[in-house]
Amino acid sequence: MDYEFHWNVVFQNMPQLLNGAFVTLHVSVLAMLLGVVIAILLAIAKMNSTRFFSQVATVWVEIARNTPALFQIYMAYFGLGAFGIHLSPYVAVLSALVFINAGYLTETFRGGFQSIPSTQYSASKSLGMTSIQTYRYIILPQMLRRIYHPMTNQFVWSILMSSLGILVGMSELSGTTQRLQSLSFRTLEFFIVAAVMYFVITKLVLFGSSLLARRLFKGEI
Amino acid sequence: MNSLFTPLSWSDSGLILTGVWNTIIISVVAIVVGTLLGLIVGFLRAESNKAVNILFGSVLDVLRSVPLIIQLILFSTFVGAMGNPLAPFVAGSIVLSLYTMAFMSEVFRSGFESVSPSMQTAARSLGMTKWQTIYHVRLPIGLRAVFPSWLGVSLSVIKDSALVSVIGYMELLRTSEQLISRTQQPLEILIGVGIFYFIISYPLSHYGRYVERKMAI
Repeated sequence: MDYEFHWNVVFQNMPQLLNGAFVTLHVSVLAMLLGVVIAILLAIAKMNSTRFFSQVATVWVEIARNTPALFQIYMAYFGLGAFGIHLSPYVAVLSALVFINAGYLTETFRGGFQSIPSTQYSASKSLGMTSIQTYRYIILPQMLRRIYHPMTNQFVWSILMSSLGILVGMSELSGTTQRLQSLSFRTLEFFIVAAVMYFVITKLVLFGSSLLARRLFKGEI
Repeated sequence: MNSLFTPLSWSDSGLILTGVWNTIIISVVAIVVGTLLGLIVGFLRAESNKAVNILFGSVLDVLRSVPLIIQLILFSTFVGAMGNPLAPFVAGSIVLSLYTMAFMSEVFRSGFESVSPSMQTAARSLGMTKWQTIYHVRLPIGLRAVFPSWLGVSLSVIKDSALVSVIGYMELLRTSEQLISRTQQPLEILIGVGIFYFIISYPLSHYGRYVERKMAI
């Protein structure tokens, strides 16, 4: 092995890498929040009896699930240019991630909602609960339990997929890594550090999520 | 008239077809190799004790927790720095197959663990050898249970194969990117690419959901 590792330049640029990691987290948290909001709307639309709404939701979900993430990002970055819409790399990656997150989470939410038998509604009605109370105390706690893990996975997935920002010149963790390695030609060192940082980020997110789950559900999932 | 950009023409179809073919071939390689390796690793994980499991698990964990694009760049730079650079297809196939294996092994492991131990005991008590038990009882039952998950992972591999473009493999998205930079007609080309992936992925994902529903009852 005649390759010499030079780690100094990586450590000198650590602040920039950490900054990139922050952007990665930032964009995936935002993509998750917006994705959840849209997914709730889409799930409601999909269960709506009006054909138009449910069809819009279906088309959204199927396109998001059946095309590559990179395709969505290119579409947002290059494709929308045909309509005179020029997005910055950050917005392009964010909107692609929101689009996909919403598509996947719609099915998750719908599944979670439909997994609760309708007898529970009648039972809580017969106990004299209002419908707000029914949702607050009966339906939502059970639903949250069922969609918690799929949501965590989706969040981790968005963190990993935000790395595609490298291809449109976004300055998140991999984009920053790419730029720094092109200045110093220490490709291996920089990407090894980036890989470690991604690993640590995902592990921390999973750890935090399991801590939160233990608090929320008191261990019974 | 000589313009810097030339519009899309029929003579580009050869390039696009090459891209389509390359996407298909690398996906098939990754799915086949990943499935075989995943089957072996999944079986070993279902069989082995805790210590071996943690060791296996942590290696697979790294493959699942580092973005594919970083793995691709790291691997191709690494073999390049070692002095024997691989062709993009070879490097891409290796990384994509290992990545697939990481997911497939979890799928198969849960399949093997879904076969109840009492069924194995029953098979052994009928005089089957250990291998007969595996071949006639555990494999068929376990594999059938995880078919929808297997299909799901395979579909995501087809979609993830687009990322191999980053190390210079001429798959569909990269050929389209080149066409875009030449023709400056991003929308038409990208929609065509999207339709291709959709046509492959949509029927299969529906079939997977259909099988899942059928097995649930």
